[in-house]
Formats: sequence, structure tokens, C-alpha cells
Amino acid sequence: MNESFVLGLVTIISAATPLLLAALGELVVERSGVLNLGVEGMMLAGAVTGFAVTVTTGSATLGIVCAMAAGMAMAFTFGVLTLSLMANQVATGLALTIFGIGLSSLVGAGFVGIAVDPLPKLNIPGVSTMPVIGPLLFSHDFLIYASVALTAGVAWFLKRSRGGMILRAVGESDESAHSIGYDVIRVRYMAVLFGGLTSGLAGAFLSLSYTPLWIENMTAGRGWIALALVVFATWRPWWVLFGAYLFGGVTILQLRAQAEGWFDVPSQVMSMLPYIATILVLTIISAGPWRARLKAPACLGKPFRPAS
Amino acid sequence: MSDFNFTRRTFLATSSAAALTMGAPMAFAAEQIKIGFVYVGPVGDHGWTHGHDLGRKAVEKKFGDKVKTTFVENVAEGPDAERVIRQLASSGHQLIFTTSFGFMNPTLKVAKQFPNVKFEHATGYKTAPNVSVYNARFHQGRAVIGTIAGHMSKSGVAGYIASFPIPEVVMGINAFTLAAQKVNPTFKTKVVWVNSWYDPGKESDATKTLIDQGADMITQHTDSPAPLQVAESRGVFGFGQASDMKAYAPRAQLTSILDDWSDYYIQRTQDVMDGTWKSQNVWYGMKEGMVKFAPDGDSITDAARDAAEKVRKGILDGSMHAFTGPIKNQKGEEMLPAGQSLTDEQLAIMDWYVQGVQS
Repeated sequence: MNESFVLGLVTIISAATPLLLAALGELVVERSGVLNLGVEGMMLAGAVTGFAVTVTTGSATLGIVCAMAAGMAMAFTFGVLTLSLMANQVATGLALTIFGIGLSSLVGAGFVGIAVDPLPKLNIPGVSTMPVIGPLLFSHDFLIYASVALTAGVAWFLKRSRGGMILRAVGESDESAHSIGYDVIRVRYMAVLFGGLTSGLAGAFLSLSYTPLWIENMTAGRGWIALALVVFATWRPWWVLFGAYLFGGVTILQLRAQAEGWFDVPSQVMSMLPYIATILVLTIISAGPWRARLKAPACLGKPFRPAS
Repeated sequence: MSDFNFTRRTFLATSSAAALTMGAPMAFAAEQIKIGFVYVGPVGDHGWTHGHDLGRKAVEKKFGDKVKTTFVENVAEGPDAERVIRQLASSGHQLIFTTSFGFMNPTLKVAKQFPNVKFEHATGYKTAPNVSVYNARFHQGRAVIGTIAGHMSKSGVAGYIASFPIPEVVMGINAFTLAAQKVNPTFKTKVVWVNSWYDPGKESDATKTLIDQGADMITQHTDSPAPLQVAESRGVFGFGQASDMKAYAPRAQLTSILDDWSDYYIQRTQDVMDGTWKSQNVWYGMKEGMVKFAPDGDSITDAARDAAEKVRKGILDGSMHAFTGPIKNQKGEEMLPAGQSLTDEQLAIMDWYVQGVQS
């Protein structure tokens, strides 16, 4: 394997990470039966907050913490509107995205044209200098490691923990969960806040690591791709990771193919490739033996009104 | 002097009531002239729209209370644009600048309904009695930075992050490559299309890919500073786009091509005030001050600086042209014999690459 190939793989990892982070949170939200289309808006809130706090205080750690808090604040607004006030989730989620675009532009107006140092790479002594696997596995910033750890954490939580089972029960049948004594609204609030947290984190990754700068609307649609990945992954965490890396991989591959002049096709066709690949895989896994497991949470998008 | 900032939505909501009451333009009623600007992106994009907004501010600074400007940002190219332009026209704006290629047909459509309002459309090609078009010869700037790239590239390969395959972008790629080949005949330009004017993440990925392929000069026809930032961190050089991006790449930015619409906007405002406004189709360049450069970066070599200066002077005094023969296409066929230059008409429909472009 030559060096350029390895560098290409490293690029894929950083392209996939924001999608992975945002999609993991949305997955938990949707498993609890709530559809939050405001991922893009929450990511932007996280991106601008993370950047602004880092520039103002000089501390990227504080920036990341505040980015998560900003994402959660947006998510909380969504929660109040849809869970407490029973507003329509689709409309509220869309409004959250539009609101996030405007608010982040306003907050960020004074931060256009400023650059920050990217997050430091955690070079693990001894192994990070090894050929191939060193740059590939052992010299990223900690958000990339965190995204993989988070995948494992979410997978474990949903499948093995008591809290995860309650969350799934709430998403599959809110009435039953309610009748055996679980507080449906409270569980959903927590899921929605977790979704805000990871979206904020994804935004911070964009503005502090991926492209360390702030410009309006810098997410450029990644929140929507994260939403699609959740469906693509059929609401399973490891599939989200696979989907994010597949999408990132094909995106980078098509850029590389253009630079190398591998295929003589219009660049517009190449730009479609990540989407085509994702749809193809989705079609394949939708057929055959996997089909039975392809179920969306039964209560997805339905507001819950406890019968009194 | 006032400054009204609307997003598309609030603008449409708040001005619809006003539009009902003001049927006819008030071209002769007020001494203060109302000028409207329609932007395709956000004023904070640090690129294309930002440049136009600097032009608007220059108009305000120059004329003070005699003008009142309104801008509407983030206007999508299509039906939305037509509504926004009509709102501006029907609310007493006498001069309206529509600053994106895709606003061409909406502008013409609205202009027909408001013969007393003057329209200025950027980068288009269709005029009407009350519609002018204006554009800048960015390819002149590309010839200057191409000269620098030719001098400073060690690998002889440049990476070009491109947006959409339209003549404007294609002629930029060609002008850059031809200028670099005058210095280094084997110079190659690798082009990656990101099919977006603005996606920092994708621009950054494209840049990384190009550097992985051996490019050590990065230039772009997209709007974010992300490519330069990657160039900075990966230790290669690059050129800014539309505005000075030195803050993002203090070492890597060798210079930047700047769009300066101020003089043109001031001139056209003056023309409306004097009643001398006439429809025209202009393509201004470095000579008219529409294409400028950011100060040279510290890393630029003396040889590169001198050569670039020579090209700059040559284009300014007309002794040099960005497209002078012999020019061959990618297949090696002669497209232009020695001693001739491509005409503006030929440039405006350019859809082929010169030899040495890999796309």
C-alpha cells in the first residue's frame, strides 16, 4: 500500500465522522419514537458555538462542551414544542433547521474570516509512527476515536442495558410502556437531548477539526445525509457506522477518480455516486433474509398523549 | 444612510402589504434613490456575495443620504428570485442589481413589467432596454496566478477545485494552465469538480485528494477558504478566491484574485442620478479595476513575483492576452494558430480544455 492510498483512507475517516456522530444521536431519538428533522440546525448551532467559544476563550475543550450544550438547547426547544406542547414533529423539526441556519449566521457574523488551529492529533507513542496502520488508526484527534466509542456505547446501551430496553419499548409501543409505569415523555426528552448533544458534537467536529473555520451554512446538507443514514442503517448503530464510512468512502473515491482521470464520465455523474451506492446497498439489504428486521420504530413521529 | 437587511422570507412577508399599495415605481417622486441588491448566498460567505456587498457599502459611503440600499440574501435561483426582484421593483427601487447567473431570466421577466426601473444583471448575456449585464474578466487574474504557480511548483502539477463546468470556470482553468506552461512547458492541472459553489467540507476533501496525487499548488473556483486551509496544513501553496484569505493560510496564500464591484456600482448609481443610464453589456477586467489582487504572500519567490508583475503590466497595457496562440486542446489538436488571440465571443462559449488539463 502506498502512502497516497493510506492518506486517502484517512480522508475518508474524517469525512465520515460528522455524519456518524449526528446519525448516532438521531438513531437514539428515532428509537424512542420521535422524528427530529432539525439535525442540520442543531449541527450549525454546535459548529458556531464551538468555534466562537474556542476563538474567545482559546480552549477547544470548552468549545466542544459548549457546542454540545448548544445542540442540547436546540433539542430542548424541539422537545418542549413536540413532547410537551404536542406540536407536529415534522414541521417543528424543519423549523428547527431553518431557525438554526438563521441563528448561527447571526451569532457567527463576527467570526467570519478568523482561523483557529485544528484539534491536536493524539499520536499514540510507539504505534503512531508505524507504516500504514500508524496514520490510519493511531493519529487522529480524539473526536474521531470518540465517534467509534460512541457507536459501541449506543449499540450496547440499546441492546443490553435496562435503559435501552425501556427506550425501545417507548418507541415501539408508547401506550404499553406508559401502562406499565414508564414515563414516556421523560424518556423521549432524554433521547431528544442526547440527539442534540451528538449533533452539536458533529458541528464542533466540522468547525474545529474537519475545516477549522466558521462560515455561514457550513454543514452544507450533512444533517440531512445523517438523517438518511439512520434509515439506511435500519436503526442499528453499527450499520450507521458502516453507512457513514461507505458514503464518505465513495465521496472521496469519486474525487480521487476525477483527479486520476480514471473514468471518462461527466463530473455530475461522479457526484451522484455516493447517493447511488447508498441507495443500491439499501435496496440490497431491503430484500432477502434481512427484510424482517427492517422495521422502523412503530411509534416513530407520533405524538404521545397519556390517557388520563 | 440606512441599511436594511432582510432574509428572503421576512422580506416577502413584510413587503407584500407595501407592494399592494405601491403599484407604480416612484422613479421621479423622490430625491433619494432606492437601490436593491439580490444575492444568491449569504453576505457572510467570505467570497462572491461578500464581494458584492462590499460594492453596495461603497455606494452608500459615496452617496450618503442620497441613496437608500436594500439587499436580500440567500435568494434561490428560480421562481423565488422572480418574486424577490418584483417586490423590489414594486416598492420603489429605481436600480436593482441581481448578482448571480441564474437570476438572468427572472430579471428580464420583471424588467418587462417595470420599464422605468433599471436592472443590472451580473455574469449574464441577455440585455434589454432597461437591463444591463456586467461581468469581470477573472481569467486575467488566473493568468497572473498561473504564472506564479509555474514558477513555484516543484512537481509541476497544480490541483484545481472547480464548481460547475460552465464557460466561466473552464476559461479560468485554461488561462491558469496556459500561463503556467509559459514558465514550465510540461505543467499539468488536475481538476476536481465538487459540483457546488460552496461546500467547505467537500472542497477540503477534494484538496486533500489532489495533494495526495502530487499537486503542490492549489487553486479553486469555489467560494470557501477551506482549500487554502488544507494547503496550509499540508505544506503546499495556493491562491485565494474572491477575497483575501490570508487569515486562513498565512504561509500558503501566495496571492488572491479579488472581485471589486465598487467602482461599477458607484458609476451606475451616478448614471441613474444624472439620467444618463443606458443599457450596456460590459466585461471589465484589471484595467477597469474590477479584478484586483491581494498583497503577495511572504513565501513568494522573487522570480515568481517579477514574472507575475510582468504579466500584470502586460494585461494592463494591452500588450498581453490570456489566450494567445498557439493553443492546443487536450487531444493535441490546434485550436488557435500562433499570433492570434481568442475573441470575447469565443471565450464566452468555451467548452474545451487546453493541453495539460487533466479532467
